[in-house]
Amino acid sequence: MAERKKKLLQGNDACVEGALYAGCRFYAGYPITPSTEIAEGMSVRLPKLGGKFIQMEDEIASIAAAIGASLTGLKSLTATSGPGLSLKQECIGYACLTEVPLVIVNVMRGGPSTGYPTGPSQSDLMAAKWGAHGDHPAISLAPQSVQEILTETVRAFNLAERFRTPVMVLYDEIVGHMREPITLPLPGELEVIDRAKAACRPEEYFPYDDRYEVAPLAPFGAGYRFHVTGLNHKQDGFPTNDSNIIRANNERIMNKIENHKDEICLNEAIDLDDAEIAVVAIGSTARSARYAVKEARAAGIKAGLLRPITMWPFPDKAVKELGSRVKAIIVPELNLGQMVHEVERCSKKAQVTGIHRVDGEPITPAQILEAIRKHK
Amino acid sequence: MATLKELSAKKELFTGGHRLCSGCGIPPIVRLILRSTDSPIVATTATGCLEVGSTIYPYTAWRIPWIHSAFENAAATISGVETAYRALRKRGRIPDRDMKFIAFGGDGGTYDIGIQALSGALERGHDFLYVCYDNGGYMNTGIQRSSATPMAAATTTSPAGDVIPGKQNWRKDLTKIVVAHDIPYAAQASPHNWADLSKKAEKALKVKGAAFMNVMSPCPLGWYTKPEDSMKLAKLSVDTCYWPLYEVENGVLRVTYKPKEKRPFEEWLKPQGRFKHVFKPENAHLIEESQKRIDLEWQRLLDLDGKRV
Repeated sequence: MAERKKKLLQGNDACVEGALYAGCRFYAGYPITPSTEIAEGMSVRLPKLGGKFIQMEDEIASIAAAIGASLTGLKSLTATSGPGLSLKQECIGYACLTEVPLVIVNVMRGGPSTGYPTGPSQSDLMAAKWGAHGDHPAISLAPQSVQEILTETVRAFNLAERFRTPVMVLYDEIVGHMREPITLPLPGELEVIDRAKAACRPEEYFPYDDRYEVAPLAPFGAGYRFHVTGLNHKQDGFPTNDSNIIRANNERIMNKIENHKDEICLNEAIDLDDAEIAVVAIGSTARSARYAVKEARAAGIKAGLLRPITMWPFPDKAVKELGSRVKAIIVPELNLGQMVHEVERCSKKAQVTGIHRVDGEPITPAQILEAIRKHK
Repeated sequence: MATLKELSAKKELFTGGHRLCSGCGIPPIVRLILRSTDSPIVATTATGCLEVGSTIYPYTAWRIPWIHSAFENAAATISGVETAYRALRKRGRIPDRDMKFIAFGGDGGTYDIGIQALSGALERGHDFLYVCYDNGGYMNTGIQRSSATPMAAATTTSPAGDVIPGKQNWRKDLTKIVVAHDIPYAAQASPHNWADLSKKAEKALKVKGAAFMNVMSPCPLGWYTKPEDSMKLAKLSVDTCYWPLYEVENGVLRVTYKPKEKRPFEEWLKPQGRFKHVFKPENAHLIEESQKRIDLEWQRLLDLDGKRV
């Protein structure tokens, strides 16, 4: 068997590795700190693989180009941060409604506005879920390490292709810019999913065939002629005013995610079996939490960590279960209170408290340990 | 026009101690422009080197009211300021005096993401000056290509490899696009020619309505050049006719500097690390193609010199 390659990589480089592994062959982007290394990496790597890198004139154009490319059948990626995410929001909603598979990487920096471009943050959690007008589905994955950025980027493409929807890879600047040794997966080692192919003849094809929950998406240019619009549409893609069809489609694009949460949600549980005090954290904050939990255990405190790797849909089930049996849940996050409200919503019994930091510095293990001790 | 002595006697409105790189073209451009009027000035700056390099708390290099807007909307922000000022003056809420409004943006914030806001402000005819400092790339985020990047230049998103030798496209002619808006004053300038630059800034700030200046701004970091060579390189960009100095005043084009001896384009390329690969024998055609295009553009300008455009 071939030897796995070890490499010292930055988080954003690992994202490039993951995207290429998943079969991404199109990237459209725009420079913005702290995500620019993804564009730089793709500009070097994609042409060698017969793929295409385009630098566009802004973030709006970048996501629009990626949507266009995805419709031709290519797995497409765009990456951004902060203000760039704000600009992409209209097109995120468009991709949700038109059901175009797409991966968007958001390397979170301090906000709002230009904020703190070089400072870490986890303040786009709600923007990842709600950031576009109208009801729309959201899948966001939240890796905590360089290795996991690679594997979660692969999973993001898989989910995008499987559910015909945009998927966001969401990580803070610390994880994006840190360097760690990682192992590159061998071909075939990780699952790679491609979108369902149209099985029918072109004249029988509907891009939103109502016999399916997720209809196959034929590539533009392969003989399947169809209509794509951001207006509410019928199964043939053309706009409609039919209230029944509009309702059914709006519900279906939400339900195709909601009904498959078990397939999408992924958590890591550390020392939770007998825990009395739990920490729920993602990204770099989860790494501080892991250390704090270890220290607490060494001091005889029954602490544990639940780390959602899938941020959206939120792991309601896991948090509900946890909240029914622990005394307290601590939610450290690099924002002024976002995930803490989700945890509160899911855990009626346990006392939920947040630790929030927005000064551009990470939450330290000591801060989390202190909070754990308070609940002892 | 003010003499050098008069200019030097004016109060410095953009002070030293900022964090822009040594050899950066931006500070001399900003200093000269701010000296070109005696009226009070309000400025806005798009996200970019100038913004980051001159305003990190608790310091500021600006001795005038200054606003940082986002990346794409410096021209829209100054539109709001200028309109509010006119409204307040009309109602007698603020003293009736002549004020100047200037927006500064780099080529990324002007040619690319900011062109919509710029075009809108020019069309509405706000009484302001937009200054683009064109260093040919996104230098603040670490040297990515922009639509102002010269053809064949290597950047981190247009890397020069064995197959693709750097940027594949010719730069956008933004000045030409601005001129098509039919505003009272538009010009191209370069900081090495301070007299030409200040004269243009003086005119641009004097006209009623929208004015625009596109200014060549050498960037040692992104061009891979020596800081001490910046003004020489600015001069060479003009002497090779890659960056012609001209103005369009009330529709009439005038070339403001004609090099006595037009230098070959490669003299500008040679000292710049970003063009290192074009001197490989297999890339000789890139220099030839660029030279042809420059010759054509220069001739076009000479043909239009003194004419209504």
